[in-house]
Amino acid sequence: MSDQIKNAIQEYATRLGDDSVVLGHRISEWVSYGPFLEEDIAYGNVSLDYVGRARLFYSYAAELADDGRDEDDFAYMRNDREYRNLLLLEMPKGDFAYSQVRQLFADVYYTLVLPELLQSKDETLAGVAAKAIKETKYHLRRSRDWVLRLGDGTEESHKRTQKAVDQLWGYTHELFDMDETEQLLVNEGIAVDVSKLRDAWLKMVSDILTQATITVPEDSWAVRGGRTGYHTEHLGHMLTEMQIVHRSHPGCKW
Amino acid sequence: MTAPQEENFMRKIQAEEKIEPKDWMPEAYRKNLIRQISQHAHSEVIGMQPEGNWITRAPSLRRKVVLLSKVQDEAGHGLYLYSACETLGISRSEMIEQLQSGVAKYSSIFNYPTLTWADVGAIGWLVDGAAIVNQVSLQRTSYGPYSRGMIRICKEESFHQRQGYEAILELAKGSPGQKEMAQDALNRFYWPALMMFGPHDSESAHSQKSMEWKIKRETNDDLRQKFVDQTVKQIEVLGLEHPDKAIKWNEERGHYDSSDLNWDEFWSVINGNGHCNRQRIEHHVAAHEEGEWVRDAITAYNDKKRAKKAQNAA
Repeated sequence: MSDQIKNAIQEYATRLGDDSVVLGHRISEWVSYGPFLEEDIAYGNVSLDYVGRARLFYSYAAELADDGRDEDDFAYMRNDREYRNLLLLEMPKGDFAYSQVRQLFADVYYTLVLPELLQSKDETLAGVAAKAIKETKYHLRRSRDWVLRLGDGTEESHKRTQKAVDQLWGYTHELFDMDETEQLLVNEGIAVDVSKLRDAWLKMVSDILTQATITVPEDSWAVRGGRTGYHTEHLGHMLTEMQIVHRSHPGCKW
Repeated sequence: MTAPQEENFMRKIQAEEKIEPKDWMPEAYRKNLIRQISQHAHSEVIGMQPEGNWITRAPSLRRKVVLLSKVQDEAGHGLYLYSACETLGISRSEMIEQLQSGVAKYSSIFNYPTLTWADVGAIGWLVDGAAIVNQVSLQRTSYGPYSRGMIRICKEESFHQRQGYEAILELAKGSPGQKEMAQDALNRFYWPALMMFGPHDSESAHSQKSMEWKIKRETNDDLRQKFVDQTVKQIEVLGLEHPDKAIKWNEERGHYDSSDLNWDEFWSVINGNGHCNRQRIEHHVAAHEEGEWVRDAITAYNDKKRAKKAQNAA
């Protein structure tokens, strides 16, 4: 494998790790704040799946980097400008509708991305995809059910759900952006060509939203930047909290 | 008329047969159980807060996963226990109302704040450790659903206890700063953990009847002694200082002698005036109230579905 490809895979694994840890963290913020106990458990489950994925992706990135760093160095010792996660995933948890709509957007996305990643020539990435596909199937069932119930529930729940969809819509466009690194890996049969998934995503999401009596927004705005480290103001605060203990005791084991 | 029923009930208790939901039981037995099981359920649920406080700051991904799983297990324990309690004729929403209005209690230990990462380890080690001593004994409790719930819960709790101890061990063997954090957590959580066993037997309002009915199987003081004894060695292995300067092996008793507890503090926290009593209940109430529109949405959605189904059938 050429150094160029190896570096690209390391970068790609890091991006996927960043996506997973950021969303896993946001979901974990719900534990003990859910609308009832069963939801605390469900949130815990989904968060565990994502943090679990992050560990696999980061461990692989660390293995490729081969410079003595481990998964925690990737999660805890990089600043927000170095993080490469999608913006959608770093948005604060908001209310229950907001979190479930974000989750629906992410779950539909992974429902499309993961089967493609399973076909990757890179066995480690394909292996993570194989595990994650099963989890995402359950995640989507849950977020879909919630969006249906909230959208077509009471006037208030409908209003909140519509608002969440409108507020998050502009962050969904970059889910399908490609750059040179990913294009290089697509050419090698390693990464997923996400640019081809937008139509399928839009169809699945629109069907669910329509069934939930929610209006699908016009594509009037789009915010981008996650993959280049151009984040929202929220990520810095999230990482400050997440990294505080680890960084306060440099070089320690936990 | 109740005499033969009561006789039959006491015969079962004495023969170590379990009492099941549909069996006749004295009203006071039922009430006593509801009090104890719901208190236990509420403890699991409120206990999610002090540990949940550290989920977003866990210092490694592995610790984050372990802590998330643990807090999730607690929510699960809360669920089994609410279900066990519902078999006695009280609903979960009634229990939650009693918790929020202060009629029902939860374990006072959760009214102490978790100030550092080491507190998460100390809770696993000491608080879950103390809970297990109590719960192992409750596996033999006379009420069937409670006993079965305890058997299941004990398995998970002992896993938590090991994880907590391991987390503290890592700190105790770590940097001076980490070790200091571990010692500080031990100093703060040791005494409240001992208080988890409740007042002295002589002061305990519910103990005697509970023992007679075999709801409780061992006394508060006996269980506390077990915990004191098992903890001495654990502290030694960690290389930390024992918070009780008076701790001393008593050859004659075959147990450690220890200082008496600060019972003023104990009663003050029980009566609602601990560090976090207000905060814990406010947190629970706020989450519950914020969740109301979500619960309403489910009801409305289900009603609509049902109406549609009825319409289609007609």
